[in-house]
Amino acid sequence: MSVPECVELIYREAFLLDEGRYEEWLQLFSPGGRYWVPLSRSQGERDARLSIADEDMDLLRLRVERLASGRAHSQQPASVMQHVLQQPMLGEESTDTRVFRTAFTYSECRQDEVVVLHGHYVHRLVRLDGQWRIELKRVNLLNAASRLPMIQLFP
Amino acid sequence: MNLKQVGSAQIAALVQGDKVHKDLYLSEELFAIEQRELFGSTWSFLGHASQIAESGDFFTVDVAGQSLIVLRDDKGEIRALHNRCAHKGAQLLTTESGRLSGRFLRCPYHAWSYRLDGALAAYPLRSGYENTGLLACESGRGLSPVAALHVYRDFIFARLNAGGPTFHEYFGDVLPTIDLMVDRSPVGRLEIAGGVLRNVVHCNWKLYLENVNDSVHPVSTHESAVRAAQAVARDRGAEPMPLAFEQILPFGERYEFFEGMGGKVFPNGHSISGTRFSVHSGYGNLGEYVKDLQAAHGEERAKQVLEQAPQNTVLYPCLAIKGSPQTIRVIRPIAVDKTVIEAWNFRTVGGPDLLLDRALTYSRLVFSPMSVVAHDDLHLFESQQKGLRSGPNPWVSLHRDHVPGESDQQTVETSGTSELLMRNQYRAWAKFMTLNMKDA
Repeated sequence: MSVPECVELIYREAFLLDEGRYEEWLQLFSPGGRYWVPLSRSQGERDARLSIADEDMDLLRLRVERLASGRAHSQQPASVMQHVLQQPMLGEESTDTRVFRTAFTYSECRQDEVVVLHGHYVHRLVRLDGQWRIELKRVNLLNAASRLPMIQLFP
Repeated sequence: MNLKQVGSAQIAALVQGDKVHKDLYLSEELFAIEQRELFGSTWSFLGHASQIAESGDFFTVDVAGQSLIVLRDDKGEIRALHNRCAHKGAQLLTTESGRLSGRFLRCPYHAWSYRLDGALAAYPLRSGYENTGLLACESGRGLSPVAALHVYRDFIFARLNAGGPTFHEYFGDVLPTIDLMVDRSPVGRLEIAGGVLRNVVHCNWKLYLENVNDSVHPVSTHESAVRAAQAVARDRGAEPMPLAFEQILPFGERYEFFEGMGGKVFPNGHSISGTRFSVHSGYGNLGEYVKDLQAAHGEERAKQVLEQAPQNTVLYPCLAIKGSPQTIRVIRPIAVDKTVIEAWNFRTVGGPDLLLDRALTYSRLVFSPMSVVAHDDLHLFESQQKGLRSGPNPWVSLHRDHVPGESDQQTVETSGTSELLMRNQYRAWAKFMTLNMKDA
């Protein structure tokens, strides 16, 4: 599969989130997939440090179940989100792994309040049975160390 | 209410035996008095000695609107100074933490320099100050230390105003809760580890603090997170439960569980919820570490340290401790409707990595700005801040398990769900708001 198709996967991931199509979004991850928002850019993948979020597929399912349940008090009213992505840049690559870096802005709106976040993603994609999947989505927030308000959806 | 001429009788009337007035959460005037009086007369947590392990290490912290420097001086002593140049008020240090390059603090504006005890050491054009009033003025005395400083088992506390109780008078019998956590280390030492999570919440700080020992809310508040966790856990079938689920699922315990876990209040607003057991009691699998702890502290103390895992201990007014999983929350009021919450975690020196993992995982799951558990809490605190303004009812009800005359007894064992844990905070609030007011 060509690089443009991997880039398409990264754009599609943001699109499915913006549309709230969470079940389809989860399908983009590999079974060992990880969605990670570390506290600093220098944080290593296995460091004993805090993260703002660090979700395996079970924890992502928990989030999606809760949002879909209609019982989440903090989603009365519901939040909506918009991702704006810059062109993904290809970094490391091997036969079955490709790493992309993508600058983003993210807005999450609930009624009259908007949270705006900036940063870049690191997507590590793996090829499983001929399909590219997300093994890691790392969200490097510009202001991860600041005092942050609630971030309820998925930057 | 008009608080321009506010006096101690008016403040005392806002806190009744079984209810408190909504102005406690809404009034900007009361907030200003709190900053000065309540946070001036009580003891606030500043940080932990492991953050300034070496001479010259410092961190800065804002407490009750005051900017402080906490440092370890050249003799190894911990000091806390107001971060305000004696000359014209610039902050000496503007970064969160670091190491000083020499044995002086030097103001970047006009180069006034201070020894690490705060004394004024040097300033340019010295001859221009001869025959002036500088040395007789506060400005000539250098950086002001906090009125009182106490380091208890590496936990650094300060009282900002000159008038107020001593450290031991103030905390008294609640201090063993710190011992319980520190003694989880075979060598009796904890270290801050892994960074800090910072949240900003648009509510009054007391709404957050009250909730720390509110064991009645999880059933309804956290229903969505618990049900989602249960659904995922069911799908996993017989597979062993990962740490994250071991920590989230107990939020789904019933009222009877929380009632039975026990609570205790102490003088000056402090309290423990979960004196008998708590949602943290079930954490096991500690292996060899149990033997190390028995060898270090004796079998009986080791058992006590491992088995006592209160839900929360509140060291009024700004510190909440979870001995297991070794996590603390620091509550910093910013404005009447704005509060910053920090979550810090400890490594147990000489203990297994698992203990730090539990602390970091718990903090991330429950105290992060992205926590699905916290979202429902914070949403409700912000909703209270809006709802309280409405209607003719001026009271916040704290009637549950109220007994007339209960305030005569200062240390009381109670149920895990009694609102005595909150009434006790407000009795301390009224006491310290008015402690140094003369117009009683």
